[in-house]
Amino acid sequence: MGAPKIVSDASFSDDVLMSEKPVVVDFWAEWCGPCKMVAPILEEIASENDSIVIAKLNVDENPQTAASYGITSIPTMNVYSGGQVVKTIIGAKPKAALLADLAEYL
Amino acid sequence: MGDVRNLIIIGSGPAGYTAAVYAARAQLNPLVFEGSVTAGGALMNTTDVENYPGFADGIMGPQLMEEMRKQADRFGAELVTDDVTAVDLNGDIKTVTDGSGNTHSAHAVVLAMGSGYRELGLENEKRLSGHGVSWCATCDGFFFRQQEIAVVGGGDTAAEEATFLTRFADKVYLIHRRDELRASKVMAERVLTNEKIEPVWNSQVVDVLGDDKVNGIVIEDTITGDTRELPVTGLFIAIGHDPRSELIAGQIDLDDEGYVLVDAPSTRTNLPGVFACGDLVDHTYRQAITAAGTGCSAALDAERFLADQ
Repeated sequence: MGAPKIVSDASFSDDVLMSEKPVVVDFWAEWCGPCKMVAPILEEIASENDSIVIAKLNVDENPQTAASYGITSIPTMNVYSGGQVVKTIIGAKPKAALLADLAEYL
Repeated sequence: MGDVRNLIIIGSGPAGYTAAVYAARAQLNPLVFEGSVTAGGALMNTTDVENYPGFADGIMGPQLMEEMRKQADRFGAELVTDDVTAVDLNGDIKTVTDGSGNTHSAHAVVLAMGSGYRELGLENEKRLSGHGVSWCATCDGFFFRQQEIAVVGGGDTAAEEATFLTRFADKVYLIHRRDELRASKVMAERVLTNEKIEPVWNSQVVDVLGDDKVNGIVIEDTITGDTRELPVTGLFIAIGHDPRSELIAGQIDLDDEGYVLVDAPSTRTNLPGVFACGDLVDHTYRQAITAAGTGCSAALDAERFLADQ
């Protein structure tokens, strides 16, 4: 539990792909309005759940990772488990809808 | 259920926040449901707003909304970043249920839910949404650097998005079903003089191509019926909006297109104590300033209604 973890191109492998817990990576950018809307919701989910890691990757500063996962729309929230993408959630959603999407990992 | 409030405002674009500013200054202690992911409304997905009076050099859409929000907050409006999931607008006391399942009640309600973007209605549009199909140029334009993309639509939003996207894309096709733009002159002029934008007149998008991401679209000539493919990697859809009136359908009088009917020039709906404003009502103007204007009217109408109770 706690605050979302900031990840980068450099730390992605260690922090996300090698993580023991499933990781939700929020691909976001400063200039994206809906990203700002969903950020506090992800912070809440991070502070309330121990079974997953919530991570944030700034696509502006880390274009490599965003490109390698074919991100063309933000916010995109990819769930990684065992180094693989197991779920993709595209677009800002209310908390209840996000919790429902993530239910199997919480 | 707690005490009965004076006023609940549902929505938080220019209409909702302006209603909140006026109602809060009138000491009605309004409770404002801003929406969990839609707070700030349609302007949150825009860039420069050049025509809102008082900002001679223009202002960014999200910043304009932040300022309106602060102004409402300053006068004591209670702002809640949550959705409304149900309402009961009949009777003297209206009830509103929020996304956490709590119920709130009030003597008057201002509806300002605005509008949502319209879809083309194609099967592959939905499937490839987020994989090249987008409704938010400011969010997603970044990912189409040095690529060829298309914008569909002919109004101000389409013109603005096409112009904005030339920052990233090598080429932007602007696909419109008529032979001239509906957009304002200044926006249309910007499009038509931009070397990176190629208008495709009298055409509509009939299919989106690609397995896991967009690699082309099929367009149909609206006059000849001929179809052809355009090899684009992105499709930005800006064909208009529909009022977000699902929440209140069946309780309140709407027109055929789902807009709330009001007793213009007032903002009174057919239900006493329920007022509607902004894009939820407005077929015609749909500007930040007109939404703010009717938001003001709704707060004043609600204030008078409450005073007469």
